Amino acid sequence: MNIVVFIKQTFDTEAKIVLDGNGKIDANGVNLIINPYDEFAIEEGIKLKEKFGGEVTVVSMGGPRAQEAIRTALAMGIDKGILVNDPEVDNTDEYGRAQILAKAIAQVPYDVILVGRIAIDDGASQIAVRLAEALSIPSVSSVLKLEVAGTQATATREIDGGTETIEVSFPAVITAQKGLNEPRYPSVAGIMKAKKKPLQTLTLADLGLSAGDLSPKMIINEYSLPTPRQGGRKLAGDAAQAANELAKLLREEAKVL
Amino acid sequence: MAKGIMIIVEQRNLQIRKVSLELLSQARKIADATGEPVVAVVLGQGIDELAATVTASGADKVILIDDAKLAEYTTGAYTSVLNKLIRKEEPQAVLIGNTAVGKDLAPRLAQRLGVGLASDCTGMEADSNSFLTFKRPIYAGKAFAHLTSNVRPIMATIRPNTFPVAAPDAARQAEVVKEAAEIDAADLVAILKEVAIAASKRPELTEANIIVSGGRGMKGPENYNILEDLADVVGAAVGASRAAVDSGWKEHKFQVGQTGKTVAPTLYIACGISGAIQHLAGMGSSKFIVAINKDPEANIFNVADYGIVGDLFEVVPLLTEEFKKLVNE
Repeated sequence: MNIVVFIKQTFDTEAKIVLDGNGKIDANGVNLIINPYDEFAIEEGIKLKEKFGGEVTVVSMGGPRAQEAIRTALAMGIDKGILVNDPEVDNTDEYGRAQILAKAIAQVPYDVILVGRIAIDDGASQIAVRLAEALSIPSVSSVLKLEVAGTQATATREIDGGTETIEVSFPAVITAQKGLNEPRYPSVAGIMKAKKKPLQTLTLADLGLSAGDLSPKMIINEYSLPTPRQGGRKLAGDAAQAANELAKLLREEAKVL
Repeated sequence: MAKGIMIIVEQRNLQIRKVSLELLSQARKIADATGEPVVAVVLGQGIDELAATVTASGADKVILIDDAKLAEYTTGAYTSVLNKLIRKEEPQAVLIGNTAVGKDLAPRLAQRLGVGLASDCTGMEADSNSFLTFKRPIYAGKAFAHLTSNVRPIMATIRPNTFPVAAPDAARQAEVVKEAAEIDAADLVAILKEVAIAASKRPELTEANIIVSGGRGMKGPENYNILEDLADVVGAAVGASRAAVDSGWKEHKFQVGQTGKTVAPTLYIACGISGAIQHLAGMGSSKFIVAINKDPEANIFNVADYGIVGDLFEVVPLLTEEFKKLVNE
């Protein structure tokens, strides 16, 4: 089975967000991690390979630092990596990125493409589904359980207030929700092996794409930071007094009860 | 010439989702300000009776697409039908609730239409240049992006609880149109086998007006019943912090925070939650925050409107009694 996992390098969840002099998100000094939901996609890819054989390829977009994320995935057990490293990628939106990814993935055979259900940085949750559309294949979002038999997959996905079960034929895109599996940690041996695994770097020109093909559909006017919340008051007295006071404030002052 | 604000109305078992009513209410305001009509689209089976609700909620035109293949949401069938409809109707904007359906449908539809999409927006305003501008949280609310598009239609998914639902106007009139469902065979490759909705008397976390949430201070899964008792008095949803989920006390679907759900209820009651940055990112835009924690230095007090320093196992049951008194008044 040929498995492709698309990953994104994101800011650590503990990162504080600041804007730089140009009003853009400042990445300086920020600790970078593999998007946590992509770890479930990596783990599922490795598990499928362990069960059915074949090869797992990880694909990412971004600057040279994204190589670290790919090396981590290789250390977990992925076979090879492809990084689309081109400064023009920064000037694209989800529409363009789906085209880039579709071209990059066309370089390798694939039966299933696994992606985290959301990236915790932009939180857009678009690329995986757009990619499936760009490749004219089905997708199942937010998957909690994946069973594969031959070229058929049965996926249980999270919906509001429950789950649904969907059958698809491969090739298909599956987006991973927390709960799908427990991602493994890279072993020391895995980290050593990862250094020798192939990592191919491609530019947009290598993919036959130009900036013109990818002009963004969305215009970002600006970024802003939330107004910091002010701590309010701590209610005095014993537990009974405080509970009574709180109920009164919620009704009379906040008017929420 | 592109015309109208199209709302893709989501229904489940012939009940219109609250977020769809929120979108109709807000679209009505924009329509009144800009002169663009509100076009509501309802997909499903046996949906005729929903036209009245949608009209009363603000639609100028209601398009019903009634077909057995649309009874339950599937990515392929819904995309197939809506792609054709949008190309025919040429709306200025297409708005969808950021629900499990919206999150799956909107990117697929946007890609097929070759347009952009502003996902999970928490703000939308009329704009004289680009018609609409959107505000969306990034880094789970640690920052915001303000964006728009010159490509038509301009598409967005809007987070539940962003806009209030206006009172329905039973006197409103709308043009009601029925369209046939044209579904391409290529869009019917994924087959929906089963839908399992967990029976719960509590609202969805993302749609709830009030959330009672418990963290590490709950000490174990067996103690959540005190939060549930409190929640049930006021019809609240119950949430959990990452610490509680990672400890296996609650399922991930209850997790609030950067790696869980982002919520914006009117009232968020944090019990035994320290207030890690990734949790605050997920609930920091709640209108009012209450913190109950025995550690007076807990970070959660820095964002809480009202705080009680104390043992939650003592305070929460007392609060439940106080809430009961208010509700019974």
